[in-house]
Amino acid sequence: MRASSEQAEGVAIGDAVAVERTLAGERDAYRVLVERHSQYVYRLAYRMTGNREDAEEVVQEAFLRAYQKLQQFAGNANFGTWVYRIAANYAIDRLRQRKSEDTRREQPRRIAEGEAETDPLSEVRDAAPSPERLAGSAQLAAKMKQALDTLTPAERTAIVMRHWDGCGIEEIAVVLKSNTSAAKNTVFRAVQKLRLALQPFAEARGAARAAGTES
Amino acid sequence: MKHATEEELFAYREGDAKGREAMAAHLKECGECQAELARLEEVFAALDALPVPDPGEDYGTRVWRQIAPRLPEKRARWWQALFVPQRLAVAGVMAVLVLAAFFAGKRVGPGNPGSSVTEAASAEKVRERVLIVAVGDHLGKSEMVLVELSNAQPTSGQKLINIAAEQRRAENLVEENRLYRQTALESGDNGMVSTLDELERVLLDVANSPGEVTPAQFDSIQKRIAERGILLKVRVVRQELRTAETGRKSQPAQTDSTTRERNKV
Repeated sequence: MRASSEQAEGVAIGDAVAVERTLAGERDAYRVLVERHSQYVYRLAYRMTGNREDAEEVVQEAFLRAYQKLQQFAGNANFGTWVYRIAANYAIDRLRQRKSEDTRREQPRRIAEGEAETDPLSEVRDAAPSPERLAGSAQLAAKMKQALDTLTPAERTAIVMRHWDGCGIEEIAVVLKSNTSAAKNTVFRAVQKLRLALQPFAEARGAARAAGTES
Repeated sequence: MKHATEEELFAYREGDAKGREAMAAHLKECGECQAELARLEEVFAALDALPVPDPGEDYGTRVWRQIAPRLPEKRARWWQALFVPQRLAVAGVMAVLVLAAFFAGKRVGPGNPGSSVTEAASAEKVRERVLIVAVGDHLGKSEMVLVELSNAQPTSGQKLINIAAEQRRAENLVEENRLYRQTALESGDNGMVSTLDELERVLLDVANSPGEVTPAQFDSIQKRIAERGILLKVRVVRQELRTAETGRKSQPAQTDSTTRERNKV
């Protein structure tokens, strides 16, 4: 434990030195920061966007924005956390933009087909394949990916930050530009929707277990 | 207690303190709520099962290549601009000039014709401040090289580790380091001499290493850096210099107490 905290301190000091050198006009010093934090930011970006191409774009944009705003970086904060937040902010904007584009594309089709607008929760339920089709972890992953796509950008951001990256509710609230109580509710709503989407799968597994066809 | 709601179970799982003991007691007794909590857990287990494709070990380097051409040059502060590695040759000449001015200034005394006590003290103050900033900058660059080497972790199976960039930077820093050590020696700053002396040995170790080293050689470099505790010493002296610089900004009349403080370190 001691070695890892010393290592973390070393990284933080290394980051602070690199930031200082970059601000002094040494552009190559920024490379240290990019190389050190890209993987971590990529994991966040992929979980938020759900695809590689968008994730890579988010990572690049996050580091470009961080470079432009480097003067604002207090120096006493952790650069990794700072660039993570910039990436989360950019990713949520991107998700919102994508959702609104999707809605614009969907709207004429729905009107043409005479469909009424539906609640996202019931969409998750309706789009669910039958229990027979859901078996095994590959299907589970595919189902979860699909369920994540039905979340609103704020819900997706909240669950990614909370579950995978262990961010505090206060930090999530900052990115969502809301208060802690609202942020907590957003995480809960996301979990509720995901649970509902996975319900047929869980039931299928339960049935399979009962029938002795799955260990 | 009636059955817990989904929200209450979620709050319990999140570690909420409110009603925690009552909920724990209820869960021990109630199979239905236990099953409900287990169903909630399945959601998190399913999230964990979602893979993130590995972007590859060289991902950071690829990101850098993609963004580097789009990064605008940052305007450096004048004194920092003198010390970026690409301008080391110029910086070396400048450092000599600053040092020469520094020692020349020491010879200017209150008895010299045409000079007042105030003017001499003020000129010396400016020169000392320039020197403090320059040495602080040199230590910052040295620290960066050492931190990068100390934190690097070769991946398993990696046969050679490329440290050519750090090696070149260490070579340049050795030259600068000698200049500052000599200056510290002449001004009787023993604490600074000792730190720069140890720093020089570590920098020489790195500068004399091949551009590509085996994991064993790399491990030995890291151990030598750690054993000498040089990073801590460099940080302490840098902090002292920062304090001295701040003190000089806020106190117009400064004695040579800064040198004495550093000697203590």
